[in-house]
Amino acid sequence: MTHVTTQAPAESVAAPRSSAPRSSARRARSPLHGGPLAYAVLIGATLLAVFPFYWTLVAASRSNSELSAATPALTPGPNLFHNIGEALQQAEIGKALLNSLIVSSVVTAGVVLSSTLAGFAFAKLRFRGRGALLALTVGTMMIPPQLGVIPLFMVIVKLDLQNKLPSVILPSLVSAFGVFFMRQYLVQALPDELVEAGRMDGASLLRIFRSIVLPVARPGMAVLGMLTFMATWNDFFWPIVALSSQNPTVQVALKSLGQGYVPDQSVVMAGTLIGTLPVLVVFALLGRQIVGGIMQGAVKG
Amino acid sequence: MALSSTARLPAAPPAGPASPARRPGRLRRRIAPYGFLAPFFGLFAAFGLFPLLYTAWVSLHRVELQTSDRMDWLGFQNYTRLLSDPFFWNALRNTFTIGVLSTVPQLLMALGLAHLLNYRLRGRTFFRVAMLMPYATSVAAATLVFAQLFGRDYGLINWVLSSLGVHPVDWQANTWASQFGVSAIVTWRWTGYNALIYLAGMQSIPGELYESAAVDGASRWQQFRHVTVPGLRPTIVFTVVVSTIGATQLFGEPLLYEGNSGGGISHQYQTLGLYLYEQGWTFFHLGRAAAVAWVMFLLIVLLALLNAAIAARRNRTDR
Repeated sequence: MTHVTTQAPAESVAAPRSSAPRSSARRARSPLHGGPLAYAVLIGATLLAVFPFYWTLVAASRSNSELSAATPALTPGPNLFHNIGEALQQAEIGKALLNSLIVSSVVTAGVVLSSTLAGFAFAKLRFRGRGALLALTVGTMMIPPQLGVIPLFMVIVKLDLQNKLPSVILPSLVSAFGVFFMRQYLVQALPDELVEAGRMDGASLLRIFRSIVLPVARPGMAVLGMLTFMATWNDFFWPIVALSSQNPTVQVALKSLGQGYVPDQSVVMAGTLIGTLPVLVVFALLGRQIVGGIMQGAVKG
Repeated sequence: MALSSTARLPAAPPAGPASPARRPGRLRRRIAPYGFLAPFFGLFAAFGLFPLLYTAWVSLHRVELQTSDRMDWLGFQNYTRLLSDPFFWNALRNTFTIGVLSTVPQLLMALGLAHLLNYRLRGRTFFRVAMLMPYATSVAAATLVFAQLFGRDYGLINWVLSSLGVHPVDWQANTWASQFGVSAIVTWRWTGYNALIYLAGMQSIPGELYESAAVDGASRWQQFRHVTVPGLRPTIVFTVVVSTIGATQLFGEPLLYEGNSGGGISHQYQTLGLYLYEQGWTFFHLGRAAAVAWVMFLLIVLLALLNAAIAARRNRTDR
């Protein structure tokens, strides 16, 4: 399993030179060439994957009556900015975007830092109870946190945090998956000798962490950060329990937009577009790295 | 961070008897690892583990949303109420059917797509990124878009159907059609993600296996069947477990499909996750909602054990 970790990034780097001679087909590379049928199926699947995004743009730039015409419009229209304006007014979307940005950034920083600290300890330090604590962490990854929402809600009420951003930040600041991810990464990426050398030089563990572990861990931290940011931005269940439509995150705002008495579909789609756009931009810029990160992180289960 | 003071080693041990001078350093060294774990486990215990366990205790009490600090002992009454509520059984059934409708096609399609993505292709990175794009959207956004596409009167899907001469379908009121609609959202969001996970697994299968299978005259289909699928077994078990757990707690899709916590006019697509939310935050019965959570937890454990047993059995019969 472990060699997959090193192979996934190397493999995607190698992608551009696909003109390599056929005889160089080595292990872990498919010996099969894609025929026209493979391309046809993949293009079809790509269209299915992408069409809802295109449709969001179409619907967000039309008027409601155009959407309910006998022959619906299939190309973007002129109403995009008008609809976005309406959406901003109806559901506090501007405030929601800011809230989501704050929550996602703080949570990402917290998860990446706490996971790197704990991942390093699990990967490279020996201490009593290590196996049991790691097993506990991995074991709870399988239990959906949703199942704890009721006591969590009672705690938040007791702390008087209901409707305030800390109520969504605090419970998400750490992640069992993150710890596991960073542990796997550091077991691989950080040679024991490097840590030993630091110790021989008399550096404290914190010093070793700052000047040896952090630089080595950076690529893994970046991948974990992207995944965490996306997941937090998109989180739905807990935010709608903890926040109201007066102080929403983007997802909470989308919910109230969709639940209007007679929702104007083109305005709803405009809101959806605004809420999705930031993640899509991240995705457009870093799509390859995100693909690599998911392929790395997932195999180990 | 508190550990900066404790984690420092004695930089230069003073000359003289070495052992007493080193002892506090050794102690610090022993404690330091826990300092690295403290931020994680502190928050994890407070906001992760404690609520999970405390749910069981809450489920034995009457707790109402408005007075959530008051708990009256009920014993198992929340559970007996639950078991006699037809809507609970309805939600359990729907969770199962929607789970099957979404998980099975999703994983089969993902397997096929991964197989194609594993070919040597032009633009493979493009295809991979494009297939993962749905994963980047939120439940809320995806559901709002699909609810529109599945609209009864003006939805694009019904428009396509009727222009093909097929009768338009009521994707909301009809039980099967609405469950299909909800499942389609789940399938759309997760197929590409699972395809990438399968692809990662496929890339760890040695190419020689394919070559020797080809030498033995195995067709592409036979190679897929006898080399790829067995090599992927651990990955397949993993995705089945994860998707099953995901399906068990499906919530956002049925909530926003029509925008009410009942899961349709006749609760035709209300899932357990939505039923939990309705009990707690529409009817204000937090204690009863906790009982639902506990039932969901047992269900997940049961399904995980079942998966493990099937995987173990298949391994044995294959050898």
